[in-house]
Amino acid sequence: MSMFISFLAAAITAGTPILFGTLGEIITEKVGHLNLGVEGMMAIGACAGFMVGYSTDSFFLALIAAFAAGMLAALLYGLLTITLMANQNVTGLTLTIFGVGFANFCGFYARKAYGVESLKLPENITSQMRNINIPGLSDIPVIGQLFFSYNPFVYLGIITAILLSIYLNKTKTGLNIRAIGENPASADAAGIKVTKWKYINVGLGGGICGIGGAFTIMIINKGVWISDCVGGLGWIAVALVIFASWSPTKAIFGSFVFGALRQLKYYVPSSIGIPGALYDMLPYVITTIVLVAASVRSSKKNSQPASCGINYFREER
Amino acid sequence: MKKKVLSLALTFALAVSMLAGCGTKEEKNAEPAATETTAKKGTMPAIKKEDLKIGVIHITDPAEGSGYTYTHDLGIQGMQKNIGLEDSQIIRKNNTSDQDAVAIQTAIEECIEQGCNVIFATSWGYMDTVEAMAKEYPDVIFSHGTGYKCNGKNFNNYFGRIYQARYLSGIAAGMKTTTNKIGYVAAMDKQNSEVTGGLDAFAMGIYSVNPDAKVYVKVTNSWFDPEAEASAAEALIAQGCDVIGQHCDTSNPMTAAQAAGVYGVGYNSDMSKDAPNAVLTSTMWDWSAYYTAAVQQIIDGTWDATNYFGGMKEGLVKIAPLSNLCVDGTKEKIEEVQNKILSGEWDVFTGVIETNDGKTVGEEGKSLDDATITGGINWYFKNVVEP
Repeated sequence: MSMFISFLAAAITAGTPILFGTLGEIITEKVGHLNLGVEGMMAIGACAGFMVGYSTDSFFLALIAAFAAGMLAALLYGLLTITLMANQNVTGLTLTIFGVGFANFCGFYARKAYGVESLKLPENITSQMRNINIPGLSDIPVIGQLFFSYNPFVYLGIITAILLSIYLNKTKTGLNIRAIGENPASADAAGIKVTKWKYINVGLGGGICGIGGAFTIMIINKGVWISDCVGGLGWIAVALVIFASWSPTKAIFGSFVFGALRQLKYYVPSSIGIPGALYDMLPYVITTIVLVAASVRSSKKNSQPASCGINYFREER
Repeated sequence: MKKKVLSLALTFALAVSMLAGCGTKEEKNAEPAATETTAKKGTMPAIKKEDLKIGVIHITDPAEGSGYTYTHDLGIQGMQKNIGLEDSQIIRKNNTSDQDAVAIQTAIEECIEQGCNVIFATSWGYMDTVEAMAKEYPDVIFSHGTGYKCNGKNFNNYFGRIYQARYLSGIAAGMKTTTNKIGYVAAMDKQNSEVTGGLDAFAMGIYSVNPDAKVYVKVTNSWFDPEAEASAAEALIAQGCDVIGQHCDTSNPMTAAQAAGVYGVGYNSDMSKDAPNAVLTSTMWDWSAYYTAAVQQIIDGTWDATNYFGGMKEGLVKIAPLSNLCVDGTKEKIEEVQNKILSGEWDVFTGVIETNDGKTVGEEGKSLDDATITGGINWYFKNVVEP
């Protein structure tokens, strides 16, 4: 029983970096931009968050830096695809390769520059990013471990998802944004500033991905810098967008499912005899099934925004 | 049109800065050092020191700073210094996936096109591709790390008796544990002899000082996966393990142990730099021992394409200095066994060994041969549990 609770707790923690990546990608795709640079934006966010944390000793500034760096990377993507109409797939992939290489380079350079063998965040930050402990609440058996004993990122991720859901579904701006994603020409005709909102959402999405990157370096790697720290989570986030059918609230659930699938093999007794490779396959198998199921149902509400991946030439209307 | 040109220019700039990000690598200038060895018949003609050009194929980036590729690159740097090669005589191909035969082939062909006459391929998964390439390029010397194949002409394998160091680190772990549960994060499952043999040696070291302790193993199915390695360690800790051993690339099992207030035994480099409050010791490689010997043989014309399997005696494997987290008496016990290994009086896989499925391996008074150790250990020692 206690192993099962540990498993659930591990699944929720493991789902959090993917949740950030997914949320960032959802609001990017909602304005019609497929940004395959999630992995790269996470790497840049991780790098900036780590470096700022390392030199300022402040958890808050590190988070801001991770957000800002992810946003800058996304705005670079935005400049290329929104204003200059470059191919979205190619630009996104380039951003991934650039981001990971850039982050590794910075880490390598910093280690040389500081003359240390191992780059580690100072204790002040490490203590703040540990699992929270609310006296009373965290001590309740089972419930305490399941709800009140995570690192701050987990709560931040859920709050971000709920806020994004309200933003997209309950506000007038959200309605406009969804209109841009479905048909930018009509939205433009209706007087919505297409370019402005594309930039805002693409930038915001990148910033959220950057926070996910900060998670990987601070929680998974416990504040020790290693190269390739994102380790492919950005790609899983791209898959999760489909699984969550472009809904931020479903992404919360989806990320925990994916987290659970990634943790499963360490908690299922191996005496059951399932080969380890099968567990590694599960998230992708499930994504495929969801894709097939969604295309069979062909509901407009749960599908990719219609203009996603297609650049909007105002002059070509 | 203007926009298109600008976008092209910007994409290009992005690509160029990406290249700059990946390729920059600083090297210290080498000091010349000359060593003479007696002539022995080699299988390949001697290559003059000035004419040598060495290609190194890495699975990740040496800049990762702690694990497998980092230690290999330290070995290459050590060799460069010992032999006295110029920076331009060494070409590194980083982040070459060992799952992707085309990528491996491309990396090797790029090296050869740039004039490399010696190729060191450092990861297990390169083996079959390198074997095929050796046939295609008979004038180039291929040396592949951590596998077991060779062709007696221009392709050999190099690996080391890391299990000797793992046995010693097992002693430290076995004496430290109080829950009698020791965790082990393994990169590959039982079918991989390298990982399994190392785990068995670790478990035997534990058994020699603490017969009640069990070793719990979790497999990540990847040589490098930061998240999986941390998760596996955390799952082991949740099951009550209070010392974590590892055979994987990042120091995440060690940092996870430190965060949970338990202990660990690192791998590849001295991981106490990443988790000083957890690491008892680390099992380490000093690859420069091999690279220097091999390159010297190539210069002398005595390189003979036989497999190299060095151990503690050759200085290829060792354990990091014990930290003061180890219990009293650990040092004496380890030194006692280490002396037996160094003198050749005893080795880890000697005598009859009981496995965890009730069978036995080996014969009384004999040690397993090297071919079995590198390619044929597919059983777990009796105190290993697969939870």
